[in-house]
Amino acid sequence: MPTELQSRREPQPLRMQDGAPIVLEHVSRVYRGRDGADVRALEQVSLRAGAGELLAVVGPSGCGKSTLLELVCGLQAADGGRVACAPAVLMPQRDLLLPWLSALDNAALALRIAGLSRVQARARADILFAELGLEGFERARPHELSGGMRQRVAFLRTLLAGKPVLCLDEPFGALDALTRYEMQDWLARTLAREPRTVVLVTHDVEEAVLLADRIAVLSARPGRVLAEIEVEIERPRVRTDPRVITLRERALGALGMGERR
Amino acid sequence: MRARAPDTRERWGGWAPLLLGALLLGAWELYSDLGGVEEDLLPAPHAVASALWSNGDLVWRNFTVTAEQVVLGLALALLCGFALAVATHLSPLMRRAVYPLAVGSQAVPIPVIGVLLVFWWGFGLFPKLVVIALICFFPVLVTTVDGLASVDSEQPKLLRTLDASRWQTFRFAELPAALPAALSGARIALAVGVIGAFIAETSTPSTQAYSGLGREIVTDAGGFQTPRAYAATAVLFVFAIACFHALALAERRLTPWAKPIRGDTR
Repeated sequence: MPTELQSRREPQPLRMQDGAPIVLEHVSRVYRGRDGADVRALEQVSLRAGAGELLAVVGPSGCGKSTLLELVCGLQAADGGRVACAPAVLMPQRDLLLPWLSALDNAALALRIAGLSRVQARARADILFAELGLEGFERARPHELSGGMRQRVAFLRTLLAGKPVLCLDEPFGALDALTRYEMQDWLARTLAREPRTVVLVTHDVEEAVLLADRIAVLSARPGRVLAEIEVEIERPRVRTDPRVITLRERALGALGMGERR
Repeated sequence: MRARAPDTRERWGGWAPLLLGALLLGAWELYSDLGGVEEDLLPAPHAVASALWSNGDLVWRNFTVTAEQVVLGLALALLCGFALAVATHLSPLMRRAVYPLAVGSQAVPIPVIGVLLVFWWGFGLFPKLVVIALICFFPVLVTTVDGLASVDSEQPKLLRTLDASRWQTFRFAELPAALPAALSGARIALAVGVIGAFIAETSTPSTQAYSGLGREIVTDAGGFQTPRAYAATAVLFVFAIACFHALALAERRLTPWAKPIRGDTR
C-alpha cells in the first residue's frame, strides 16, 4: 500500500506522447441492407487529423459516424478510398464496463489482455485512477457508479490500451446536461495531460467546438463532409465565449439548422 | 406502514416454509386419522416418522448411496452441459449438429437404455451417473448457450480494439457473463436431479448391498411397506431442499454481481 501511494505522487504519462496522424481519402462504405438493397453509409469522405489533434465529427443520426469510427479502428474495411491510421482503440457509445469487475479492474482490462498479471495491471491503472478523479472508487462495481463515473472508467480503459489514436463514440450522449458539462471539462483536462489523436463523434455541436481542433460536419446518409471548421481558440475554452458561439452557429448552419427562428 | 413491510417480511420469512409444512402435515395427519384413505395407500405422518425411526440405519445407508449419485451425477451433468454449450457457442456448425440431438435425447425413456448402460459399464456407480447426467445436462446446456450469447454485440468490437484474441474475448467477457445463467440451469438440473437418481436406480440393476433410496422405495411400495417407502421419500424431499440451499450459497459466492436469486428458499 505505501508503494502504491508513492507511485501516485509521481504521475507519469503513458508512453504515447502525441498520438499519430489519421488520414482518410475519398473513403466510401456500402452495406448490404436487410432487404438486400445497398445502403451507402459513407461517400467520398476525406478527413485528416494531425498528431495530437482532436477531430470532432458531427452530423444527424444515421450519417455513418459509427461506421467512420469502425473504419479508423480497423473493425471494417473501406469499399473505396484510403484509410491510413495508427492503431486505434474504440470507446463505444455505451460504456460496456464488465459488471463482474471492479472499476479498477475494468480500467485495467487492456493491460490484462496484454498479458500483465492482475496485480501488475492494477498497479499500473491505479496511478492514473487518482489523477483522473476516481480515487476511492477503485473497488466499486460498475452498477454502483454514476453515469459520469462510469464514462471516466471507460475512458481510462481506452487510455490504458496504450494506443496513439482514440475513437470516442458519443461518449457523453447518455449523460444529463450538468454531468455532460463536467465531463467535457474533464476530458479537455485529461487530454492536456495525456495527449492523443482523438476522433470524437458527437451530435452536440457545442461539445465539438469546446473540445476539438477541427470539426467535420457530415450530411445525412450517405455521409459526406459538408464542412470542415478549424477551431483556433486557446484552451481552456468557455461556452459563453463569443467565438465559441460563432463557431457553434457556423456548424449548425452547415447542418442546415442555424439561426432558425 | 410501507417502511415496515420489508422488516416484517424479514422477520417471518424464515418461518414461513416451516409453518406451511406444519399446516400441511397437520392436514395430512387429520385426513389419515379420520380414515380418509387406507394406510397401505397413504400412511399417516406419525406412521412415516416411526418407520423412519425404526429403519434409521437402512434408510441412512441407502441415502448415502443416492446422495453420492445425485452429487456426482449433477457434477457430470454440469460439466457436459457447459462443455457442449461452449462448443455450440464457438461453432455454428456444432450448434446445428448438436442442438436437435440434445433435445431428442430428452425424449429417450431411460429404462430402454438402462440395460445397455449396464452392459457397457457394469453394475457400479458410473451407469447411474450417466443416467442422471443425461436427464440433467439439458437445462444447463440451454441456459449456458443463452448466457454466452447475452454479451452486448458491441463488446467483442471493443475487445478487438484492445487487441483481445478470440480466447480472451471468451475468457474476459463471455465466460463470466454465462456463469449466472449456467448456475440458473444448475438449479433446474438439481430439481430434476433427485428424481433422476430414482430413475437411475430403478432402471439399472445393481449388485451392491445398498442400492439407494429409489430401489428401496420401489421394493417397499411393492411389498406393503408403505410407511417405509414414505419415510425414504421424505428423506429425498429434505435432501433436494438442502441441495438447493447449497447451490444458492455457491451462486452468491461465485456471482456476487448478479441479481439476488428469485425463488431462493431462504
